[in-house]
Amino acid sequence: MKNKRKYTWLDIGIIVLLFVLVFAADRFLPSYDIKAKVLQKGAVFALIAVSMNLLNGFTGLFSLGQAGFMLLGAYTYAIFTIPVADRVSVYKYYTTTAADGTTLGGLVQFTLPVFVAILLAGAVAALFAFLIGLPVLRLKSDYLAIATLGFAEILRALCQWKGLGVLTNGSNQLRMYPTFKGIMPYFLVSAVCIAIIALLIHSTYGRAFKAIRDDEVAAEAMGINLTKHKMISFVTSSFFAGIGGALFAMYQNTIQAKPFTTTLTYEILLIVVIGGIGSLSGSVIASFLYIACSEWWMRFLDTDGVIPGVTRNGFRLVVFSAVIMVIVLFFRRGIMGDKEFSTARIARFAASHKKNKKEAAK
Amino acid sequence: MNTLLKLDDITMQFGGVVAVNNLSLEVGEGEIVSLIGPNGAGKTTAFNVVTGVYEPTNGRVSFQGKPIVESFPRGKMKKLYAGENTGVYKRRMTKTPDKITALGIARTFQNIRLFKSMTVFENVLVATHLRRKSNLFTATFMLDHKEEVAMRAKVESLLEEVGLLDVKDELATSLPYGKQRRLEIARALATDPTLLLLDEPAAGMNPQETDELTAFIRYIRDKFKVTIFMIEHHMNLVMDISDRIYVIDFGKLIAKGTPEEVQNNEVVIKAYLGVSEDE
Repeated sequence: MKNKRKYTWLDIGIIVLLFVLVFAADRFLPSYDIKAKVLQKGAVFALIAVSMNLLNGFTGLFSLGQAGFMLLGAYTYAIFTIPVADRVSVYKYYTTTAADGTTLGGLVQFTLPVFVAILLAGAVAALFAFLIGLPVLRLKSDYLAIATLGFAEILRALCQWKGLGVLTNGSNQLRMYPTFKGIMPYFLVSAVCIAIIALLIHSTYGRAFKAIRDDEVAAEAMGINLTKHKMISFVTSSFFAGIGGALFAMYQNTIQAKPFTTTLTYEILLIVVIGGIGSLSGSVIASFLYIACSEWWMRFLDTDGVIPGVTRNGFRLVVFSAVIMVIVLFFRRGIMGDKEFSTARIARFAASHKKNKKEAAK
Repeated sequence: MNTLLKLDDITMQFGGVVAVNNLSLEVGEGEIVSLIGPNGAGKTTAFNVVTGVYEPTNGRVSFQGKPIVESFPRGKMKKLYAGENTGVYKRRMTKTPDKITALGIARTFQNIRLFKSMTVFENVLVATHLRRKSNLFTATFMLDHKEEVAMRAKVESLLEEVGLLDVKDELATSLPYGKQRRLEIARALATDPTLLLLDEPAAGMNPQETDELTAFIRYIRDKFKVTIFMIEHHMNLVMDISDRIYVIDFGKLIAKGTPEEVQNNEVVIKAYLGVSEDE
């Protein structure tokens, strides 16, 4: 018992140390540095991957709507935080005229505080998830994936539709909304959200989710209301995907419906698979690795002449796809499997390793 | 003796196949009642009707004197219906399995259905979720700490009573077969049932394990004050333990009574028990 407590403190120590490092990075890395960008985007994607893992890994519901919920979050955040004075220039194709003859940009003529807007971003995503969930969660298995996939695509098209232009600015960018400066705010918001998801998974509700994942029939026979619990998981997951979308909008500085394609969902799914389905820490680790790989470590492959005649602009993506194929084919359980990262586990692993070595020496 | 569970004219028809035909039976409080019959006679189907997995085509299920499930042939079934007692039941009332469990009817499965990724302890702990008082918010932010501690203590004592405490941290699926059966019963007990449905609890057990199970079933009946209704093929176990027995064949009730009465019933012998060849 005493040992257990020691390792808990060690785990907390590691997290504190990480935040100290982030603090240092904030001070010493210029904001345009690729390492700073990787850390920011990594933190955002960690949250979205964890939210997807809650659904796919812990509740066993295969949903492919994450990009759609991110889109909802990103748009909600942007629409409600662009300063009123800047709206005319942002919504220049969708202006309206007020009673006194002044030109107004867009429909919304007020702003919300940043953190209220972030929460609202999550709430809007959660509301849509609830509405989709009502008909879809009663169905079994793959139908949820198909329905959420379709929903995300429809939503993307809707956001680019002229008819909603006064709200979404059509296919034009939303910009000039406030963004977080530096790396730390992204880490803080992301960490708080991930902590809440982790708490949920460790609660009695989390155990019910896992029971549903393992055996729906038995879970229902044990008195777990399938529809209700699936809905809780789906709505919670979407809520945090919405918040992730808001963070993503900040990271990008400008937002447009275009990048929220199915490909984005697949990227997040890949992070979840690489990290290990059913492991939160795996998703976090994989998120930073994946973003670092795609944005930074493989950049050199895009430069002409590193390997003469082979590397050129875009070659990075070829190598990257190959790497991912190898991972998915040969390391299906991902980095962490369904285990969580903890110092206690490392200590146990080291101890068993030592023992094996001793036995081998004999 | 009070009647705990009552089935009235239950018919379960799948397309043109009548799996359970006009089955009526009663289980009294504190009894051990067995449902026996040849393979495919409709025993598990009857269980699935009671636990809400299937909605009966016709008939009524009552628990503690109150109807909980009732139905009559509707839609396409109106024409197809091949059972009896049409027009007797005019109400439609259904419940999902989790609602039935909440009423106090817990079950085990013929083919063991434990939660594979969980330890023995967690398997039982999940079943305490049903009677929780915490909501999503209080549970997530650990404001239900007292309840969580109480849940864990309850599971510990339950595991101790069924003799699984020493393996509580092992994966449920790594247990030997007999213990997995026992764990399923413990998990069902964790939902605080008044009626326990056991679907072939001795399936795949050797004679020694079966003897242990016989004692175990009696033990939990007395210890947890539950009524037991079970499907079983091991005749030694059934005759030894049952207060009353119902025999069904092709979905129809062919006999009922005490073990002696059923054992000596001509129809039952012909349909199910058989005559040994040397006699």
